[in-house]
Amino acid sequence: MNGGCLIELRGVSRWYGNVVAVNDITMTIGPGITGLLGPNGAGKTTLLNLMAGFLAPSRGELTVAGEPSWRNPRSFKVLGLVPERDSVYAFLTGADFVASTARLHRLPDPGAAAQRAIEIVDMAAAQDRRIATYSKGMRQRIKVAAALVHDPRVLLLDEPFNGMDPRQRLEMMDLLERMAGQGRTILFSSHILEEVERMSGTIQVIVGGRLAASGDFRAIRRLMTSRPHVFLVRTSADRALGAALIGRPAVTGVELTQRGLSVRTCDFGAFSRELAGLCRDGGIRLHEVLPSDESLESVFSYLVTT
Amino acid sequence: MLNPVVLRITLRATLGRKRALVFLLVPLVLLLITVTLKLVAVSPVWPAEFLGAFGFSVVLPLTALIIGTSVLGAEIDDGSIVHLLATPVSRTAVVLSKFAAAVALTIMFGALPEFVAAGIARGFGGKLALGLLAGALVASVAYNALFVMLSVLTTRAIAAGLLYLLVWEGLLGNLVGGVRVLSIGQYSVSVANAIAKASALNAHLTLTTAIGMGLVVTVATLAVAARRLSAFSVKGEAV
Repeated sequence: MNGGCLIELRGVSRWYGNVVAVNDITMTIGPGITGLLGPNGAGKTTLLNLMAGFLAPSRGELTVAGEPSWRNPRSFKVLGLVPERDSVYAFLTGADFVASTARLHRLPDPGAAAQRAIEIVDMAAAQDRRIATYSKGMRQRIKVAAALVHDPRVLLLDEPFNGMDPRQRLEMMDLLERMAGQGRTILFSSHILEEVERMSGTIQVIVGGRLAASGDFRAIRRLMTSRPHVFLVRTSADRALGAALIGRPAVTGVELTQRGLSVRTCDFGAFSRELAGLCRDGGIRLHEVLPSDESLESVFSYLVTT
Repeated sequence: MLNPVVLRITLRATLGRKRALVFLLVPLVLLLITVTLKLVAVSPVWPAEFLGAFGFSVVLPLTALIIGTSVLGAEIDDGSIVHLLATPVSRTAVVLSKFAAAVALTIMFGALPEFVAAGIARGFGGKLALGLLAGALVASVAYNALFVMLSVLTTRAIAAGLLYLLVWEGLLGNLVGGVRVLSIGQYSVSVANAIAKASALNAHLTLTTAIGMGLVVTVATLAVAARRLSAFSVKGEAV
């Protein structure tokens, strides 16, 4: 049953009064892992809530596994949702919370299903503690366990990497990749491109409520590394280093400013390798290297225009 | 139609908090005043007068208001309701389970203390105790149906509930006779009066009207609550 795990949107819009949160989006999300990327306020959460049936589309059609999800709680038989908000029943232990969710799904053996889900997110050691005592990353993982407990074919995750440290983030990505490898449809949202750099799969970029770009992770990643970067470099001899830098092919512009040297590069990797060598050769002391245009909006708008 | 998991989590959430101690405060005051009045014995009809007025227009409605608006309303406010609604459990079952939990808690903290107070005043097997218990059970059921509905309809359920109690039941109920047909307070004292036969209870409806209308209000408000919860929407980031 191939259509059993498809999320299909046809001309879906959602507005609140005069504000359009999601604007005429048509897309199909199939098995494998898909990242829903975009800056804050782009409409990612609205889109996920539409898919999960927690919002009615103002216009257009939306189905999950062939059925509309709005006003249809039965869609949660195939669907799992990890909401962004951190509010869970904090007075329950992790094991209680996941087992309760299993019972709400009327699983034949809720205890075993809960244990399996807790093992998957690696929370067995902390499962008997109350959720109130959990760190943000642990809460995130116990929420994933609850969303996984009924073995859903489609899993939606809203900003699952929020508040995780790099190691937890890697583990969560491995987990998502594994589940995608089992033929599930995994859709997660993120506003931080760097978070998902290691991932394989497809991405959908949402900017201003519109589908701005979609494609393969690898293609987007190439665009990201070759996009122009601007760094602020402070040294003991700005002018001398500036003269040396402008002679390198990786550097496309140098400007002397009050705060230091503003360097624009089209090849982030080559620039970072060469900078140290140039300083050493010229006997220049390097005080500080700061990326100065890392705002998400600039990254996303770059992706959208290319 | 009831979901035991929802019921259990709701009872734990409500009784597990420190606020549960506040629930004990009102019944304690009720019992304390009852014992005091029994000792000083002001007038021969004081039990019906005091337990009718204080019990049925303060203790029961306020207990039901605090409990009924929080069993579902608290989860809607903090967003944890999403975990419950992201399961195939029918929304009707969610509303009915929340309602059942609220009724059980209101009986515990409102109706039973009322019965105990009447028992202290006039004996536990007496008509007054049984009448007040029956009336208090009606109040526990009908008020909670209304307040659970309000908590699904508005985030200001407590204000809306207070407005209903003070303006509709308190003010208009005493001025306009017709309002009494749509007053949960009147349903409960009328049922109490049908057994206790105490004019001090200030009841104005027949038993049939009280029970019939009580049922209609309960079923109608719960149906609206279930309908609205089926269309539960998460607030988007654009709002």
